[in-house]
Amino acid sequence: MTDFINALIVLANFILVPALTYGSQLALGALGVTLVYGVLRFSNFAHGEMMAFGTMITIFGTWGLQALGVSIAPLPTALLALPLGIAGAVALSLILDKTVYKYHRQRKASPVIFLIVSIGLMFFIGGLVRFIIGPGDQIFFDGTRFIFSARDFKRATGLDEGLALKMTQAVTIITAIIVVAAMFWFLNKTRTGKSMRAFSDNENLALLSGINPDRVVMITWILVGALATIAGTLYGLDKSFKPFSFMQLLLPIFAAAIVGGVGNPLGAIAGGYVIAFSEIAVTFAYKKVVTYLGPDSFQPDSLVQLLGTDYKIAVSFIILVIVLIVRPTGIFSGKTL
Amino acid sequence: MNQTFFNQYRTPILYSVMALLLVIVGVGQGWSVAFTILNLCLISAIMSLGVNMQWGYAGLFNVGVMGFAALGGLAAVLVSMPPVEEARAAGGQGILVGLLILIATIFVSILAWKQFGAKSKKTGYWMLFVIIAVGYALMRLFFLPSVEAIEAVNPSVTGYLGGLGLPIILSWPVGMVFAAGAAYVIGKVALGLRSDYLAIATLGISEIVLYFIKNEEWLTRGVKNVNGLPRPVPYEVDLQQATWFQQFAADWGMEVAEASSLFVKVCYAGLFIVVIAILMYLSETALKSPWGRMMRAIRDNEVAAAAMGKDVVKRHLTIFVIGSAVIGLAGAMLTTLDGQFTPVGYQPLRFTFLIWVMVIIGGSGNNWGAVLGGFFIWFFWIEAEPIGLWLVDTLTSFMEPTHWLRLHLMDSAAHMRLMTVGIVLLIALRYAPEGLIPERTARKH
Repeated sequence: MTDFINALIVLANFILVPALTYGSQLALGALGVTLVYGVLRFSNFAHGEMMAFGTMITIFGTWGLQALGVSIAPLPTALLALPLGIAGAVALSLILDKTVYKYHRQRKASPVIFLIVSIGLMFFIGGLVRFIIGPGDQIFFDGTRFIFSARDFKRATGLDEGLALKMTQAVTIITAIIVVAAMFWFLNKTRTGKSMRAFSDNENLALLSGINPDRVVMITWILVGALATIAGTLYGLDKSFKPFSFMQLLLPIFAAAIVGGVGNPLGAIAGGYVIAFSEIAVTFAYKKVVTYLGPDSFQPDSLVQLLGTDYKIAVSFIILVIVLIVRPTGIFSGKTL
Repeated sequence: MNQTFFNQYRTPILYSVMALLLVIVGVGQGWSVAFTILNLCLISAIMSLGVNMQWGYAGLFNVGVMGFAALGGLAAVLVSMPPVEEARAAGGQGILVGLLILIATIFVSILAWKQFGAKSKKTGYWMLFVIIAVGYALMRLFFLPSVEAIEAVNPSVTGYLGGLGLPIILSWPVGMVFAAGAAYVIGKVALGLRSDYLAIATLGISEIVLYFIKNEEWLTRGVKNVNGLPRPVPYEVDLQQATWFQQFAADWGMEVAEASSLFVKVCYAGLFIVVIAILMYLSETALKSPWGRMMRAIRDNEVAAAAMGKDVVKRHLTIFVIGSAVIGLAGAMLTTLDGQFTPVGYQPLRFTFLIWVMVIIGGSGNNWGAVLGGFFIWFFWIEAEPIGLWLVDTLTSFMEPTHWLRLHLMDSAAHMRLMTVGIVLLIALRYAPEGLIPERTARKH
């Protein structure tokens, strides 16, 4: 019996908690991609770099607060600097929309042109971030590291295996829940949110009923900038901030959005967790679990790993391909907001 | 008047400008540098021809250019490197059995799908799941020990299976086949769906190809790189010892060492020009043929073309596979020119993006434009670093040499390069979406 509980603890410690954390980060990222898709109708490749940009501003804010001696320990100071980061990302999004996207929108350019434009912007923002903060690693996490560590857990329960919960993981999951709840409240209950959904559903009908398209677009970019900054900051707190890693998040984020159904916020969240859980579960070495669950004195020779950790990115791609073949509209049929 | 003159002779004028730029580099920085740039320009031009087929003829957006190029590079290694007999003895059989199981799994899956999937999708999916799971487990049973055995064979020098030991030129068509195969699979999955899905799917496949060649050391040596690929042209050392070449260098008044390196580069340039000439001839002929008109008709209005009885998805698949094959060819040529295979060197988005900018700046839909774009953009990409450094140096010359801002700017010059390309693309899309040499359409005569 204890063997069974130990096996469960191993799974919880190495799969459940990390996947919930990573899934929340992906879900927030995918939510941003899906919003752009729903309202502006293109796949925004610049989203990853926008996450990096927002996080960078947050890091500057954190450093400033740290220099002033402000702290909300045990929570990381970065949470306090988040509004500044959001303001920065929103400002950049709105400026880029005015200077770049607006022209193509007025000409009713095809989605592929928007896609190419967003790739151009991706390199522009990426260059900006690397220019300002440099391509190196930045660690901006402070506050308490663990809510409870593996050792505390072992001592408290007397089990062989420990379960740790990092502060960043708890902060990520709780923040994600709050943000998602706020997001859905906004989209479903407020007048502005409803007008956005109407616009996404049927542009012409929305225009006829007097919805101001410029306002809808503006609010979308504000939401997207905020979501990108929050997702990026949570990711940066949890791992570390490195401009390069945000480029690599792009594929899992897109996969999450498509798996859930592009343009569907609920789908984006589900997709984020699906991708995160499969990525971690498929690349996890089950040796310990099998040892606990198998008969006594049984120990597998290999790591019992389905796929090497290097192929993490392949998992999101394979899921993406399966969804494209089996159900191209995603789990929740896409294209409604 | 001047305007019409320029428009009429746009192509020769722009190509002359490009040639002049290369000559300036040749005189200023040395002919060896100029030919190095020229060779890479030629390869970029071939890649941008491939992308132009997909984007310019058919409007398909391929974000995985580097993945296909890497497959071409892999072909160069597998075809040309001498086989490692010890590694083959150690694990060759296991790998072979593993591959056979893989093929069998795919074959059985297809059969099972045709048998059961047609009747009930649910049973079909479960059957597929079971077959693939069993096949995968069996394959790994044979693969893993052999991979370990192969990688243990003299890891600092070989540690991989090696290739077939054939002339490297043969790898060019093989590279085309590899890239075409990958493109076929991706096209089958993603074409016919929304246009962005192809972009995301190609991004995915290129990332996976790159992870694959980085990690599967038994096949590619991974990050340890494969060095010393055989060449299709003579080696400098041999040239320097040949009496005819010493005579030849003396006639031109050059030192033998310098002349030999230049001679090798000229040989490469000659080979590449032959390839590009053939490709140009074929693509121009194709574009003018009824097939080319059909492709453009599909691009301009898919619905209308479908109504006229054209199978849009199938035609898209054809052109996607052909374009990717051309990119694979360029990838194999690039590895041949480098003489080494460095998986880390393929940066998925960066260089893909550069090729894209080449096509859009050059003029999408026009082969001459794509080639010119390949030349121009590669030239400025290479020359941007010295120009950028010089610019920063001049602009900050009033500051002290150790001023933090000056140092920071000097350090970031490399990132500025990519950012500049991004801005150039945005400006081009807005103000000159047709590119340097616009597409020729029948009505403009």
